Amino acid sequence: LSPLLTSPPFSVPSAEKVDGFPRRSMRRARQRRSHSSSQFRYQSSQVELTPLPLLKDAPVAELHDLFCKKLQQCCVLFDFLDCVADLKGKEIKRAALNELVESVATSRGVLIEPLYPEAIKMISVNIFRTLPPSENPEFDPEEDEPTLEASWPHLQLVYEFFLRFLESPDFQPSMAKRYVDQKFVLQLLELFDSEDPREREYLKTILHRVYGKLLGLRAYIRKQINNIFLRFIYETEHFNGVAELLEILGSIINGFALPLKSEHKQFLVRVLIPLHTAKSLSIFHAQLAYCVVQFMEKDATVTEYIIRGLLKYWPKTCTQKEVMFLGEIEEILDVIEPSQFMRIQEPLFKQIAACISSPHFQVAERALYFWNNEYILSLIEENCQVILPLVFATLYRVSKEHWNQTIVSLIYNVLKTFMEMNSKLFDDLTASYKVEKQKELKRERERAELWRGLEEYQERRMQMLTEAARNQRNLQERGERGDTLNPSSPQTAHSDQPEPKPSGASSGAGESAT
Amino acid sequence: MAGADGDDSLYPIAVLIDELRNEDVQLRLNSIKKLSTIALALGVERTRTELLPFLTDTIYDEDEVLLALAEQLGNFTMLVGGPEYVHCLLPPLESLATVEETVVRDKAVESLRKISQEHSPVDLEVHFEPLVKRLASGDWFTSRTSACGLFSVCYPRVSSTVKAEIRQHFRTLCSDDTPMVRRAAASKLGEFAKVLELEYVKSDIISLFTALASDEQDSVRLLAVEACVSIATLLPQEDLETLVMPTLRQAAEDKSWRVRYMVADKFSELQKAVGPEITKNDLVPAFQNLLKDCEAEVRAAAANKVKEFCENLPEDNREQIIMTHILPCVKELVSDTNQHVKSALASVIMGLSTILGKDNTIEHLLPLFLAQLKDECPEVRLNIISNLDCVNEVIGIRQLSQSLLPAIVELAEDAKWRVRLAIIEYMPLLAGQLGVEFFDEKLNTLCMAWLIDHVYAIREAATCNLMKLVEKFGAEWAQNTIVPKVLGMANDPNYLHRMTTLFCINALSKACGQEITTKQMLPVVLKMSNDQVANVRFNVAKSLQKIGPILDSNALQTEVKPVLEKLASDTDMDVKYFAQEAISGKLSYHWVLKPFNRLSYI
Repeated sequence: LSPLLTSPPFSVPSAEKVDGFPRRSMRRARQRRSHSSSQFRYQSSQVELTPLPLLKDAPVAELHDLFCKKLQQCCVLFDFLDCVADLKGKEIKRAALNELVESVATSRGVLIEPLYPEAIKMISVNIFRTLPPSENPEFDPEEDEPTLEASWPHLQLVYEFFLRFLESPDFQPSMAKRYVDQKFVLQLLELFDSEDPREREYLKTILHRVYGKLLGLRAYIRKQINNIFLRFIYETEHFNGVAELLEILGSIINGFALPLKSEHKQFLVRVLIPLHTAKSLSIFHAQLAYCVVQFMEKDATVTEYIIRGLLKYWPKTCTQKEVMFLGEIEEILDVIEPSQFMRIQEPLFKQIAACISSPHFQVAERALYFWNNEYILSLIEENCQVILPLVFATLYRVSKEHWNQTIVSLIYNVLKTFMEMNSKLFDDLTASYKVEKQKELKRERERAELWRGLEEYQERRMQMLTEAARNQRNLQERGERGDTLNPSSPQTAHSDQPEPKPSGASSGAGESAT
Repeated sequence: MAGADGDDSLYPIAVLIDELRNEDVQLRLNSIKKLSTIALALGVERTRTELLPFLTDTIYDEDEVLLALAEQLGNFTMLVGGPEYVHCLLPPLESLATVEETVVRDKAVESLRKISQEHSPVDLEVHFEPLVKRLASGDWFTSRTSACGLFSVCYPRVSSTVKAEIRQHFRTLCSDDTPMVRRAAASKLGEFAKVLELEYVKSDIISLFTALASDEQDSVRLLAVEACVSIATLLPQEDLETLVMPTLRQAAEDKSWRVRYMVADKFSELQKAVGPEITKNDLVPAFQNLLKDCEAEVRAAAANKVKEFCENLPEDNREQIIMTHILPCVKELVSDTNQHVKSALASVIMGLSTILGKDNTIEHLLPLFLAQLKDECPEVRLNIISNLDCVNEVIGIRQLSQSLLPAIVELAEDAKWRVRLAIIEYMPLLAGQLGVEFFDEKLNTLCMAWLIDHVYAIREAATCNLMKLVEKFGAEWAQNTIVPKVLGMANDPNYLHRMTTLFCINALSKACGQEITTKQMLPVVLKMSNDQVANVRFNVAKSLQKIGPILDSNALQTEVKPVLEKLASDTDMDVKYFAQEAISGKLSYHWVLKPFNRLSYI
């Protein structure tokens, strides 16, 4: 388990990373609102708090007892939507929490065994709650301001206490594991759906510490994160904490032992790759791409799965996502092993060619930038015989047709590079361009003919079947009416039908069309 | 038949399979969508022995293609040779039922359910049931999820030993390790219960239901609420209290609002399923709590059910229950802080008047209606107005008219055109209920003002509204009140308003009859043929076409024809076109609408 990477790679807002236009201004930013979880409203009886003596003034003999009392005091919850309700009580709890945080962070020997259940109980009571419904059902994390948790003044201190508790040099995993169990972790993971980014930030660090210190929970945590992602991908498409969970996974993957266990490979193929299909990819793409590249650096043999997976889920209509995919491909190619590159170059460069011919200039541009990357260029050069025929027709056509001048000049550069790489192949391809085009048109025509023939045949068969069914019915009706069967009429009607001859009809039709 | 099937000389399977393998996804997709055509060309024998194995082996493709394939295979029975061979379709569908993408899997399950009916009882046990078992014990959650949807279709038609196995598999999936599978099982629990023998419903289903309803994940618990409806319907009344009610009570007070929301959302169904006694003792207090829930989502869902719940209360003490238990909560909801709650209530509250009768309505409900008519949120007001007919039957709309008017006027001038559009649509209804006098006095001006709204959709709706009003109030009323105003707009400096005159004439001429059309409308239309804006002129041509059938032949020959001929030689292309169309009389009504909508924006 490596430490969490913080700011640098993930701080650039992804929307701006894609096209450089700030989006926020396009829609009026929503007012910041706050909401409180249903939790408080379900607790009816209020207890009046009375201030306790300060921890630092307590005689050593009474310290633990007082600590415990303060923990119990902090189990009382307050209504934060009503900001003037019970101000005194809120202040007492806040002060108590502050003291607890400070005590756990600075003094040694406070954390003795009997305090563990009390501390975990205080944390559970405060943080575990059903998150309220989002006030804005179409909440778009990229454009809308999140709804903030109203009880944050207390909640933050509880999280802070939890974090200090986990980080304390006195912390004993063997004692904690009795209280920080699977059920606890599951509830903790559900909180990652919180709309409040401050809460998710704390949760991220806390879960990372839990994963690091409580080894027995590791497999369980990974499995539950899997479940959250699978539900996000295939069921709800909504979960606010995907980026945070991926960030933790990034550091987990880093610590995987080699050779990779099949459980981990399965996670890559069945969870991480499908995560690319999400509509809200831009929010967590940086973290996701980081995880993917981590996998590759661990074990190069997964490269093929990754690239084929990305190609399978390549965005069809969302150009913004297409640019992200191209970015990720470049990150992958940056660290790819040449032997792996050869395994996937064919499907990959077909897709790249398709991107180059995109009418959206940012997509085309992003794809063409690959030729500015020295390592990728060297791979292309080594495999020029394969790659150039794949992209040549596209480059040739788009260089004449694209509306955007930047794209046209980028393509000229690429063509020039290829010409220098292998002028013989380049000339051959130029010469055969027209012929290939003709061949393609011919294939197109043949397909159309085939289908016309098939459909005509189907129509005749259907007619025949309905005819037969009708005759059958007629026969039956006559039988029921008791008429004597007239053997000639239905049968002659049947034999009058022309024999189905798809061959003659279709080839005839084909010829008349040409 | 043999000749028809054996045409492989023309369509070798390789060519057809190439089509299914085309590199271009779109082409591949097209081919898969026409898979039945391919199968027909191959004949049943080769479809079974060559096409299906190919499809089974090459299942790795884009989800879009797989979805089309899963759908096609559900209708393939005849193409593989009828029910006798239908089990050939199982292998490809089995693989499709294990893919990750939910829509593909669901479609595969749907097709499997469909073809299960075409299996003979023997084939069902030999081929279909083993497939269900394989799916149910698959490694990855997707196949187990799919299995959940298949139990109920084979259970009724297999032997009792196999039945016992199926029940065992279902039990296992209900306590599956992954929440995805438990969710799938919970969502099929009701359906499965329906095909089970009653003794097993009591012994098996109830324990599964109880376990799922107290699952650690709320997404599972809420699905159990849905199952509750079916289960309660199946059980005899005397068992409900012990077997179902403890769980239902717990769900109504679940700590997760999603579960409570589900209870509120299914409340009418639950009410019917548990019967009147339990409703009185248990559901009434539960419903009160939901109406007072701390989450707006739950309150709104419950508010939506107020009318249905009251309607279905046992009649003997329905009024008493409503008056003492429900109405106080409803009163509070009228001034709820959340507009969705208020508007949900407004959409059903009027329905209470028929249940409570005239006196109660006047005394208790009327103040609520009036308060909602003054609500700050337009949706609330609109919902009240759109349901006025219920009240009209009980107390007559006059009671409301004093408050109604300001509400209507405000909505009529709302800044959002969709709100204006919505209120226009209720005008004919309101006019009918308020009567012609009230209408002339208070609402007529509004209706005319809409004709010059700056949004086309409003002008169009206003035109249509006038037509409906004339149908209600008659031609004479039209002649006196609206026709002069409509015709007056023909001289408006804004060409859009001049065109509105024409659209109104199109709409009104039939309802107004020949006399008014010939004497008053036609001269105006003809005069407008000299308009300087081409759009007006070609709409003249279209109007003449439209009102032509109402005019007598004399007017047509002497007045209409010369004008159309003049327009047919207009300098503008479109005017010419529509004039010629009108002369040749080919223009059908439906045909006119499209270009006319588009061009009128020019």
